Amino acid sequence: MFHKLPDPGATTVTIYLDGEPIPAEPGESVAGVLFRQDDSVCRTTPVHDNPRTPYCMMGVCFDCLAVIDGQASVQSCQVTVQEGMRVERQHGRRKVNA
Amino acid sequence: MSQDYDVIVAGAGMVGAAIGYGLAGLQQRVLMLDGADADFRAAKANFGLVWAHGKGFGHPDYQRLSIQAVQDWPAFARTLEQESGIDFAYEHDGGLQFCLSEDEFHKRAARIDAWHAQTPELAPCTTMLDRAELQRRFPTLRLGEAVAGASFGTLDGHVNPLRLLAAMHRAYLNRGGQLRSNHPVTAISNLPGGGFEVRSGDTVARAARVVIAAGLGSSKLGPMVGLDVPLRPQRGQLLVTERLAPLLPVPASGLRQTAEGTVMIGVTQEEVGFDLATTTAGAAQMVRRALRVLPDLAQARLVRQWACLRVMTPDGNPVYAQSQSHPGASIALCHSGVTLASFHAGALAHALAKNQFSSSLDIFHHERFHVPQAA
Repeated sequence: MFHKLPDPGATTVTIYLDGEPIPAEPGESVAGVLFRQDDSVCRTTPVHDNPRTPYCMMGVCFDCLAVIDGQASVQSCQVTVQEGMRVERQHGRRKVNA
Repeated sequence: MSQDYDVIVAGAGMVGAAIGYGLAGLQQRVLMLDGADADFRAAKANFGLVWAHGKGFGHPDYQRLSIQAVQDWPAFARTLEQESGIDFAYEHDGGLQFCLSEDEFHKRAARIDAWHAQTPELAPCTTMLDRAELQRRFPTLRLGEAVAGASFGTLDGHVNPLRLLAAMHRAYLNRGGQLRSNHPVTAISNLPGGGFEVRSGDTVARAARVVIAAGLGSSKLGPMVGLDVPLRPQRGQLLVTERLAPLLPVPASGLRQTAEGTVMIGVTQEEVGFDLATTTAGAAQMVRRALRVLPDLAQARLVRQWACLRVMTPDGNPVYAQSQSHPGASIALCHSGVTLASFHAGALAHALAKNQFSSSLDIFHHERFHVPQAA
């Protein structure tokens, strides 16, 4: 569970947030990247459609859910960025019978 | 005779709260004594079905009671929502029990025919829908291949059971009832000159009448007033998914989508005593069946698995009885506290207020369990 902090200035990776390319540091979490965006909202709630950003950053609060590489309702604070990763904000209730 | 209350209700769960709410609306001074949060509470894992179809097979009076209760539900819900200001998401567009093979479908059809035949005076309230008919009626339903059809109870529906309980408590208090939480009843005794003294630890209250509606806790309380009802816990495990866009338009037996979008999957029926554990085997069994009905659920995330202990009598039917040895003491026990809430708050509360049960309730007396075996 404990990681050595990555060396800043190391090579960067590119992830795509709703299709937009975004530079990220190797070793950081997707939620960490979301926090740095002007719009850090990662999802809206299923019943009232309220905006949510990452919060606890340790896998407890489930506020940081997002769609990662096609998989919805993923805790983005628990996922480390990978080159070419596709992240989408998750809006309202998931649809599994689309 | 001056008592603190007309009636003390031991237990403020789904059954006690409905009775208390009903009594408080009949000019009765009522005190409800509720147990602790960590007590065995069947309502913690209630599935929320308001359901008649198929109930009381082999027991026409329980069938009649269930059908009447479900028919009374819309008016009961309207009044309760109005008085409490709490919306408990009651819908009654019918309920399905899926059949996962042709064989299951035919057996279910025969069983429903026999069930209807038990009460020839009532109009049939259940129809069999084959797969094509199911898909015609519910075009958005994406059924698994195994689904051959379903029985469809036209009167059935569902509700948010936690909000229902909160609504009954709120409306009960609005009607002037008294409620003490964290006050499990520890002793009930007769008062000289009539009435009862009810103790909860250091708290003592007196009333002309007592109603025991303490679920599994009733095993301890009943014998104090000559109401010794055999009971056993039956474990029910439940699963719930994340909130999803609508995929199941009406509730089904063991599968329902709540107003908020979660899908509840249940429920096991296990004879394991007072054990609230959840098991992988239980989860696997429930999920396997749910996926055969709605394969799309495979993409959903499960967010919680939990268990409760349901209140079971030896024959699974409710018990309503007045004490012979302790006049003024009564007991009410069942495992369908949501469906029967309209009855508990209505006809049963009236009977308790008058301290007079109609003969139609005789069949629900627990003496049915004490018949000596014929040689």
